Amino acid sequence: MVWVNTIVQGVLLGGLYALFAIGLSLAYGVMRLVNIAHGDFIVLAAYIGLLVVTTLGVHPFVALPAVVVLMFLLGYLLQRGVLNLTLGPDILPPLLVTFGLSIIIQNVLLESFSADSKALEIGPLQTASIHLGEQIAVGWFPLIMFLVALALTVGLELLFARTPLGMAFRATSDDQQIAQLMGIRNRHVYGLAMGISFALIAVGGVFMGIKTTFTPDLGPGFLLFAFEAVVIGGLGSFWGTFAGSVILGVAQGIGFQLNPGWGILAGHLVFLAVLLFKPTGLFARTR
Amino acid sequence: MLSVHNLEAYYGDFQALFGIDFEIAAGETVAIIGANGAGKSTFLKTICGLMRTPPDTVRFEGAPIGGAGASEIVKKGIALVPEGRRLFRSLSVEENLRIGGFAGRGGAWTLDRVYELFPILKDKRDAPAPSLSGGQQQMVAIGRALMSNPRLLMCDEVSLGLAPIVVKDIYDALPDICTGGLAVIVVEQDIETALRMSDRVYCFMHGKVSLTGRSAELSHEQISAAYFGL
Amino acid sequence: MSAAERDYLIERVTLASRIGLVLASVAIAALISLPWWGESSTMRLIVELICYLVLAQMWNLLAGYGGLISIGQQAFFGIGGYSLFLLANSAGINPFVSILLGGLIAAAFAVPTSAVVFRLQGGYFAVGTWVVAEVYRLLVMNAPVLGGGSGQSLRAMLQFSKSTRESVTYWVALAIAVGGVGLIYWLLRSRFGLALTAIRDSEAASESQGVDVRRYKFFVYVLAAFGSGLVGALYYVNALRIAPDAAFSIGWTASIIFIVVIGGIGTIEGPVIGTIVFFLLRELLADYGSWYMIGLGLVAVVVMVKWPRGVWGFVQQKFDLRFFPVQRRVRFIEPARTDEPVSRES
Repeated sequence: MVWVNTIVQGVLLGGLYALFAIGLSLAYGVMRLVNIAHGDFIVLAAYIGLLVVTTLGVHPFVALPAVVVLMFLLGYLLQRGVLNLTLGPDILPPLLVTFGLSIIIQNVLLESFSADSKALEIGPLQTASIHLGEQIAVGWFPLIMFLVALALTVGLELLFARTPLGMAFRATSDDQQIAQLMGIRNRHVYGLAMGISFALIAVGGVFMGIKTTFTPDLGPGFLLFAFEAVVIGGLGSFWGTFAGSVILGVAQGIGFQLNPGWGILAGHLVFLAVLLFKPTGLFARTR
Repeated sequence: MLSVHNLEAYYGDFQALFGIDFEIAAGETVAIIGANGAGKSTFLKTICGLMRTPPDTVRFEGAPIGGAGASEIVKKGIALVPEGRRLFRSLSVEENLRIGGFAGRGGAWTLDRVYELFPILKDKRDAPAPSLSGGQQQMVAIGRALMSNPRLLMCDEVSLGLAPIVVKDIYDALPDICTGGLAVIVVEQDIETALRMSDRVYCFMHGKVSLTGRSAELSHEQISAAYFGL
Repeated sequence: MSAAERDYLIERVTLASRIGLVLASVAIAALISLPWWGESSTMRLIVELICYLVLAQMWNLLAGYGGLISIGQQAFFGIGGYSLFLLANSAGINPFVSILLGGLIAAAFAVPTSAVVFRLQGGYFAVGTWVVAEVYRLLVMNAPVLGGGSGQSLRAMLQFSKSTRESVTYWVALAIAVGGVGLIYWLLRSRFGLALTAIRDSEAASESQGVDVRRYKFFVYVLAAFGSGLVGALYYVNALRIAPDAAFSIGWTASIIFIVVIGGIGTIEGPVIGTIVFFLLRELLADYGSWYMIGLGLVAVVVMVKWPRGVWGFVQQKFDLRFFPVQRRVRFIEPARTDEPVSRES
């Protein structure tokens, strides 16, 4: 029964990873951009959340919309001001620029907030849980996180499949030259894509800050989790990314249960296994 | 409606167009013929903004449009049916058509009217674009361009890779398209078709205009000479 | 006469490269003699500088010529380092010989690693190499025999006197620097280098010309792993203490990316310049902690956006200077005529 609980916790952890991963999947899907600073922006969102909470004295859930809006604007401006200038046939510039941003963000956060652990407090909700039987405890907060991730995944799928913006995203990703002939302004569309990606990052960052204590150096780890979730799930599908996140969460949970030092390693090994045996991912949609 | 004066175009250091002069009036159908590499597609790309040009070389309805980007130019009323169709793979047939209307120009061309023009597309409206045959894809590409309600429609090698009967079907639909003063530029490899359906013709060779005149009045010798440079 | 009818020579050597060769020879001779008149701290600094330089050359080979942007070379750096400790401490092999073996072991690890990471492309390939480096780090951390999280010291060096240890380490480093740069230069001048440049410019076109792209990439990847492993072992012969977080740190990649970007990617001179700039900045600004890192990051971002070809790329474009002439130039030769001077063009 301990193992059932482990899996349940792993699935719920997958909710957090999905929040990390769908933003990465979106940016890659629309622009073929891999944002090396993705994880660092998640951490940044948590610190922004902390700032809002401490200066306005509000509950983190109340601060969340403010962080989402701020991060959306940041993502849009970053894309239009910096990243659009790097997009082109060469994959090196966007990688290196985002790599540089990663270093800048980590060190700016370090200078501004020091290396002390911080956290976003939500009071009793943090530890409240539902008990199913003797050995399985489903925390309210992890459950909320999971459901929010699920809702956002559904929302993204609908956005892409049913809305004009989603059509513009898909068209621009298919053929950015011809998309211009439709009156689509690529630079603006890319900005919106990054803005939405950052909005998702904001949700992930705030939830992360609630779930665990955070420090400026956690970014790279989160990037790797998000990346692994996307690859395990397969490209071209947000559902795939969600599934990949859950698988990653479960793998880490099982690994951790076997030996605390092996938690993250287990996730890496599952990632490598998928890469070796099904490189296109488990739920890839051909795009 | 469109006038081009001394247009040059470069791919990096390579010069593709050397001082092209070109005119088309409302309601005219003008054909551009020429061998591969003569610069015909490049010319269309510069008109619709996919390639940048100096401001004063291209004037559309009196105003200079050189230097404007493609997304602006389509809003002014110039639409391109690109070489090789280039439909959006991730979109269905209907989505490809609807996205053609994103330029926001109102007008007579609506989704229903495109389906009237090409009824087969209505049956396949939800199919993914790549699943259609070449001829059907060409219809979608034309419909997509029409959805922006252009004043000038440019068709780049519509017949490429299609069976002659299919090409005939498509070009037979052209008169239904050319209403309301729509000007049409047709780039074609098939000289007979090009001459038959156009009012005037330009012949390109090595990035220059080697011949221009009324399609009905040019002789085969003149065209051969201009086309092949003999 | 049309171009096809004129006589021409294919040339490599330029005036700049000849001058450069002379200057380099003088410099190398001076450096070799350093242990007799220089200080320990200077030698250690030069060894460290050489480590960064060769690492940067390897990354440049991978990214600038092979089109493989890896942010996980620290995997092989760490493997080389830990191989040194295993061989020298546990197996009693001479530490200096272990440097070479460390490179070979890293290359061996690169073979299965490539099978995995080559499944990915572009940006995903980059992050994938990072995941692999993390896997190696975690495996080492969880292995008590390698010292676990706290690492170990290079006890095997105690058998040498301080001056012997320092001098030999220094000379080995010089040999690696000259050998490494020389090897890369020779490689790029060869047909291999021509194929690499073609692949970098267009994979599809190269394939159609019969170039086995996968094999070239594999070879470059393994070679870069060898170089990185070699440097890893050398670094820890110099530093004498290893720990997994440091050996497998992404910081190595960050530094060498900075070096290559600033100096000029896709050139051999670039990493040399970049390393010098990097060390200068480090000497000047290291006291400022995170501001130093922020500054480095900002410089890298700005350079990448405005001058993507780096300092040397810019110089190369403006002045057409090449100290390591890898290009071939065509020089037309006019036939000599009695009354007219011989004219030359390239």
